[in-house]
Amino acid sequence: MTTRAVEAWTLEPLVSFVKEAGARLVLVMTSAGQVIAQHGFSRAVDVMSASALGAAILASTEEIARQLRQPPFAALNHQGEKQGIFLAAVPTTRAKLVVLVVYDLDASSLGLVQLFFEQLAAGLQAASPKEAVPKQVLAADFERELSDSLNTLFGR
Amino acid sequence: MTTAAAGYAKALDLITRVRGVRGAMLVSGDDGLIVAEQLMEGIKGAAVAALAGSLANRLRRAMTAAGVGVGQFWHLQCDAGALLVVPAASGILVVAVAEPDVNVGLVRLELLRAAEAAG
Repeated sequence: MTTRAVEAWTLEPLVSFVKEAGARLVLVMTSAGQVIAQHGFSRAVDVMSASALGAAILASTEEIARQLRQPPFAALNHQGEKQGIFLAAVPTTRAKLVVLVVYDLDASSLGLVQLFFEQLAAGLQAASPKEAVPKQVLAADFERELSDSLNTLFGR
Repeated sequence: MTTAAAGYAKALDLITRVRGVRGAMLVSGDDGLIVAEQLMEGIKGAAVAALAGSLANRLRRAMTAAGVGVGQFWHLQCDAGALLVVPAASGILVVAVAEPDVNVGLVRLELLRAAEAAG
């Protein structure tokens, strides 16, 4: 399973998280669904759909929290028969990142994912470049940017 | 506090009363999450629970593969202390963190009692 990053500073914390938590698939993305790093995905189409769905789910939970007049929920876990998904936000100096984790219940657990997610969040916050502001992707450049990102994420 | 929570608290209380026990927890074995805890300051409960849960799953698989049945008690002795665990029938793990010179027999007895109470 490969781990690849569009932004190199995310790679070390992500590799460490995958190793410690035993995660099967991981996406690190912006709250708009723009993928910054991934582990375990083999097809670009899966990355695109998972990032869009993950960002949308987190946006929905934030809206529910807003309607309840609560601060945003820290994390969301959904456990199935053999796999679970864990979705949480990480505030960094650059932007709020969203992390989507898929884990096998026979190789990992919610407790392990939660435990090492705290380290991942701290690692991403520490490694996040302080000076640069993320570049806004314009509609005109969107397809090229997306294509470049996917090429990087799949080592093409 | 619910009846179940009160029962868990009482069971943990009996474990932590043993001299040399620094903390006790009930941990969901499948998830590695804390169900109830009584820990001294400085013990990272969530970390111990997650890692003990993971270890329990791996040990269970190893024991099944070896054909030796279900684990009943584990005692991990380290330089600065010990981790003692009894899995309950419900999948809850009863965990104690103790000093290195704790009376293991007494802790085991209380862990088994707590496991019975946890189901």
